[in-house]
Amino acid sequence: MLDLTLPLTKEQRLLLLAGDCVTLSGTVYTARDCAHRRIFEALDADMVPPFPLEGAFIYYAGPCPVPKGKTSGSVGPTTSARMNVFAPRLLSLGLGGMIGKGEMSEEVARALQRFGAVYFAAIGGAGALYGNAVRSSELVAYPDLLAEGVYRLEIEKFPLVVAMDAHGGNIYRK
Amino acid sequence: MRTVDVKQIEEAVFRLARRANFSLTDACRAALKSAKEREDGAARFALETVLENEKIAQREELPVCQDTGMCCVLFTVGREVHFEGDLTAAVNEGVRRAYRDDLRKSICDPLTRLNTGDNTPAHIHIELCAGDRVEICLLPKGFGSENMSKIFMLTPAEGRKGIVESIVGTVRLAGSRPCPPVVVGVGIGGSFDGCAYLAKKALTREIGSRHPRADVASIEEEALEKINALGIGPQGFGGRTTALSVACELAPTHIAGLPVAVNIQCHCVRCAKEVL
Repeated sequence: MLDLTLPLTKEQRLLLLAGDCVTLSGTVYTARDCAHRRIFEALDADMVPPFPLEGAFIYYAGPCPVPKGKTSGSVGPTTSARMNVFAPRLLSLGLGGMIGKGEMSEEVARALQRFGAVYFAAIGGAGALYGNAVRSSELVAYPDLLAEGVYRLEIEKFPLVVAMDAHGGNIYRK
Repeated sequence: MRTVDVKQIEEAVFRLARRANFSLTDACRAALKSAKEREDGAARFALETVLENEKIAQREELPVCQDTGMCCVLFTVGREVHFEGDLTAAVNEGVRRAYRDDLRKSICDPLTRLNTGDNTPAHIHIELCAGDRVEICLLPKGFGSENMSKIFMLTPAEGRKGIVESIVGTVRLAGSRPCPPVVVGVGIGGSFDGCAYLAKKALTREIGSRHPRADVASIEEEALEKINALGIGPQGFGGRTTALSVACELAPTHIAGLPVAVNIQCHCVRCAKEVL
């Protein structure tokens, strides 16, 4: 098991291969369906997105509310394929990669290769385990979207699997 | 005639929504444990993580999955029961209270996508039966798996073979997306809408249970075997376990048709029942 800490350099990302089991620590941003639509509206209007995209990792997730005395609610991955339409453009703008669950499209696979990025699979249905590994959670944008807003999470040792790598490797096609 | 104050229903729905979201069913846990023994590599890692997750959920009092779902509330109500008050409002109040603090609110307008803010309305279904019992089954249904569900209006000629192909084909197409290993609820017969309800009802059956009719049980067994031969595996990482169970429910249908509905449930089966 390889322990990784964000940010990852492009060289580090290129070393990761589909099927590798890793842990990931550092800063990630949650965004799912509605948040992506808003980020695209901002980009189309030449406005800055709610977080710098360069080297960033998006976690496709919508957390449960934070219970009293805790740092996070449950926060497992959501189905990444719904974000197939968004990922290539964000990768072209410097996104380091994504964390989610399930296979993403051919177009996403090509963008990962072109920009040296990586897609990690978190284990779907393990929301409590991931929530317990979040050290802090802060709403960054779109409070009206509730769980669908953008949250900055400081994560510690998220157990992940490299699902689609920067060389065309794909755990779902093995 | 038995009179039931809907306040009792509200309390039961509250209890069931809380209980369902914080633990897996016993049969689900057992099925995941035995599946883990059959897998290796990333697939085994996925199942180990899921089993560890439930322990953390209980220790830390966190919901098992962050998708705390749309509340599907299935009632079986004796014909001799009279509800005093507004049953629908009581169910929704129970859901509202259960989701208020630490469960995710996932219900929104289909067009504006504006969140209703309290996870209501619940999806309520009522079946009548003899006597004066009230059975409530609450299934917080996640949509990663719901999205992969399908309905087929087969012809009578397609028959049993067509039914099995519809079930296996739906799981194949869903691939890695619905959090496999999945549980598959199948409705066979009835009308277009009634068939979909049967599929949902089938998901409330205990994992691994077989339909009492031998010809139906054989469809369940054949479909399960073919699904597990697909090789999709836990989380789509490849492996022997793509489904934990297939359950079919039946209703008489029209002479011209053979509706088949396939409702996909992720491995995180949270279903709580109570009899009042």
